[in-house]
Amino acid sequence: MFLTYLGRELRRRARQASIIALGLALGIGLVITVTALSSGVKNAQGEVLHSLYGQDTDITVTKAPKVGSGSPGSFGFRGSVGTGQRPAAGTTIDIDTLRSTGLGTLTDAQLTSVSRLDNVAAAAGGLTLTDTKITGTIPAINSSGSSGSGGFGGGGGGGFFNGSLTPTSFSVDGVDLAKNAAGLGPLSLGTLTKGRTLNGADAKADVALVDADYAKSNKVAVGSTVTIAKTSFKVVGIVSLPASASSYDFYIPLARAQALASMKNDVNTIYVAADSATNISAVSKAISKAVPGSTVQNSQNVASEITGSVNSASSLANSLGRWLAIAVLAVAFLLACLLTTAAVSRRVREFGTLKALGWTSRRVVAQVVGEALTIGVIGGIVGVGLGFLGSALAGHYYHTVTASIGPTTGSATPGGARVFGGGFGGGGGGGGFPGGGGGFPSTGTSGAGGSGADRFRNLAAGATHTATVHLTPQITATVIVAAVLLAIAGGLLAGGFGGWRAARLRPAAALARVE
Amino acid sequence: MYKLTGVTKQYQKGRGIVAALQGVDLVIDDGEWLAIQGPTGHGKTTLLQMLGGLDRPTAGSVMFGAGVGKGSGDAVGEDLARLRESQVTKVRAESIGFIFQTFNLVPTLSAQENVETALVPLHISAAARRDRAAAALADVGLSDRARHLPSELSGGQQQRVAIARALVKQPMVLLADEPTGNLDEDTRDDLIGLLEKLWRDQQLTVVLVTHDSTVARRAQRLGVMRHGKLSIKQDTRAQAAGKPSVSG
Ligand SMILES: Nc1ncnc2c1ncn2[C@@H]1O[C@H](COP(=O)(O)OP(=O)(O)OP(=O)(O)O)[C@@H](O)[C@H]1O
Ligand SMILES: [Mg+2]
Repeated sequence: MFLTYLGRELRRRARQASIIALGLALGIGLVITVTALSSGVKNAQGEVLHSLYGQDTDITVTKAPKVGSGSPGSFGFRGSVGTGQRPAAGTTIDIDTLRSTGLGTLTDAQLTSVSRLDNVAAAAGGLTLTDTKITGTIPAINSSGSSGSGGFGGGGGGGFFNGSLTPTSFSVDGVDLAKNAAGLGPLSLGTLTKGRTLNGADAKADVALVDADYAKSNKVAVGSTVTIAKTSFKVVGIVSLPASASSYDFYIPLARAQALASMKNDVNTIYVAADSATNISAVSKAISKAVPGSTVQNSQNVASEITGSVNSASSLANSLGRWLAIAVLAVAFLLACLLTTAAVSRRVREFGTLKALGWTSRRVVAQVVGEALTIGVIGGIVGVGLGFLGSALAGHYYHTVTASIGPTTGSATPGGARVFGGGFGGGGGGGGFPGGGGGFPSTGTSGAGGSGADRFRNLAAGATHTATVHLTPQITATVIVAAVLLAIAGGLLAGGFGGWRAARLRPAAALARVE
Repeated sequence: MYKLTGVTKQYQKGRGIVAALQGVDLVIDDGEWLAIQGPTGHGKTTLLQMLGGLDRPTAGSVMFGAGVGKGSGDAVGEDLARLRESQVTKVRAESIGFIFQTFNLVPTLSAQENVETALVPLHISAAARRDRAAAALADVGLSDRARHLPSELSGGQQQRVAIARALVKQPMVLLADEPTGNLDEDTRDDLIGLLEKLWRDQQLTVVLVTHDSTVARRAQRLGVMRHGKLSIKQDTRAQAAGKPSVSG
C-alpha cells in the first residue's frame, strides 16, 4: 500500500515531481562536474611537477641560499683579487668553476632522513650546478668605463667581458644513480637518442650525458670529451628531454658533481616520491619538519605558481563553478521544500480522511517523506548522470591544457653578486654577465648585481617551463555517494517540511467544508 | 454505545469565541439509527466530530463503547474526551467508520485500494486486506468496479466505495455527515436502502447528519441541533427495548 500510494501520487503530480527532481539533479550534476574538474585540475597540476622533475617526483625539496654567502666553489680570484683591486693588465685568467647558484645546500643526512619518513616511496638527491669558464687576458684600462663610482667599469657599457674575456657557462646536473632514484629527477624524463645512459657503475667515473640541443649547437658527440671544472669528462650518451622538463646541458654522476663543486655529501635538490597521491601533503608536512628552512614543493602548492590555460579550468572549477553549484543546489532545495509543502496543503482533506480512518500521524508523515525522498533519489540518480555528462563536456573542452611554471626557487639572492669577490659587481646594475651595462671592476662593493645571479639561477634551475598536460575530470565513488546523499538530504529536507505540515493536520480536516 | 454529558465545544474565531456545542447531553443505544437535522452552522458536524474522536470537546465527556448508556453500563467504555491521542486514533481505526458528503476517496487509488486504506492501521496481512476489501465492495454491489479510480465512478458509486471503506473493518459505529448531500434523489434512495440493509445485517449503530427530511424520517430517532443544543423530535423505536433516556 505504501509503495502503491507513493507511486500513484508521484505519477499524479509528475510535472511538479519532475521539476523538483530536475532542480536537485542540476545541482548535483554541477557539484559532481565541479568536483571532477577540480580534481582533474589538481592532477594536471601534479602532472606539471612530474613533467618538470620526473614521472615519480611528487615533491621537491630545496633551500634558499644563505644570505650573503657565496657558494663554496666560487671564483678563484675571490681571495686573490677580490679586495677591490683590479688585476693588472696582461694577467692571464683561466677560470673554470662549477658551483651551485640560487639554491642552498641540503646535506646527505637530510636526504637520508627524508627517505626514511613514513609514506616516502623513494627519495633522490640532485645537485644542479653551473659551470662558468672565463679565459683570456686582462686588457688595459678602458677609459670609457670611468663613470663607475670610484672604480673602473661602470654604466657605460663595453667593459670587461667583451673580446677574449667573454665567459661561457653551461648547466650541469649531478644525478643520483642509486637504484630507487630511477623515476626521480629531470633526467628520468629524457630519452636516450645516442650512446648509453648513466648507471650505478658510473658513480665515480668522469662520464657525462649531454643534452641533445646542447650537443647539436655545440657539436658535442658521443665519445667527445668535455671539460667540467677543469676535469675531462667523456660523453657517453645524448639525451633528449621534453620541452616541459627542467633540463640541463650535462648530466654527470652525483658524487663527481659533489667533488668538483667542493660540496662533498651535499645536494641542492631532493626529489621525493610518495607511496600514494593521498599522502603527498602529509609527507610534505613531515619533510618541512625534518628539514627546517626548506622549500617543499608539491602538486598542491605548486598550483599557485602555475600559469596557463590550466588556470582557467581551475578558476572555472573552483570559483565560478563552485558558486554556481551551491546557488543551484540552494534554489533546488528551496523549490523542493516550497513545492512539497504546497502539495501537502492541497491534500488537507485527503490526509485528514486518512487520519479519520485511523492512520497515525507517523504513517501519513512517512507517506509524505517517502514521496519527497523518492524524488530526491531520482534527482540524485539523474544528477549523477548529468555529472558524468558535465564532466565529459568539461573534459572535452579542457582536453589538453598548458601549464607554465617559472623558476622554482625564491627570488634572486643578495649573495649572488659576491660570487665575484666584489670584483665584478655589475656596477650599473645591468644584466650582469654578458650583459651590456656591467663594467668589470667597480670598486669592490658587491653592488646591486642581483640580476646577474638571476641569470645563473635560470641556467641552473631552468627558466619558465610550459607543459602540455591532459586534463581528465575525475569522478570518484566518494563523490557519487556524497552527491546522492546530498540529493537524499534535499528530499529529506523537503519531506521534513511537508511532513511537519502533514503531522499538524487534524483529522477533523476530513469534515471541513468544501472549499 | 455513547453517553455524552455536558459536551461543549468552543472555537476561537478572531477575537470572539464561537460556541458550536453548548452542553449536549445524549445517550445513543447500541444498534440505534439516529438522524440529526438542523439549520446550517448550528453544530451538527461539530457534534459528529466529538462522536468520532476527531476533535476534543472544550468541556464534558464522551463515553464510548459497547453497552455504554445502558442502565449500569456507565462503567464500561472510554471517554474520548480524555484518551491520549494515540488511543483515540486506535479507537477510530478499530471501531468507528466515517462517510462524508464529499466522499473523500483518495483520488490516486482504485476503489479496491481505497477500501484497503481503512485496514492499513490494523496491521493485517496484504492478502487478508485484499480479501476483506473485495468482500466489502461486494457488499455494496461494486465488485465489478474494484479497479476503477474514483474519477471513473459516479457519485453514488463513489459513496458506495466510501461505505465499503467505512464498514470493511467491521466497526461498532457508522458516522455519516450528509452522505446524500451530493446525490440525486434516486441515487439517494438506493444509498439509504443500502445503508439500512447493512445497518440491520451488521448490527451497526448509525448516526447520520442530514438536511434532507426524507432521509431523516427513515431514522429510528430524530434529533435537531439548534444553537449548539440537541433536542429529540421523534422516536419510533420499539417500546420493548428498554426506554432510551433522552434529554437536552
Ligand atoms: N474549526 C473551526 N474553527 C472555528 N469555528 C468553527 C470551526 N468549525 C466549526 N466552526 C463554527 O462552529 C459552528 C458550528 O459549525 P458546524 O460545522 O458544526 O455546523 P453544521 O451544523 O455542521 O453546519 P452545516 O449544516 O452548514 O454543515 C459554526 O458557527 C462554525 O462556523
Ligand atoms: Mg456540517
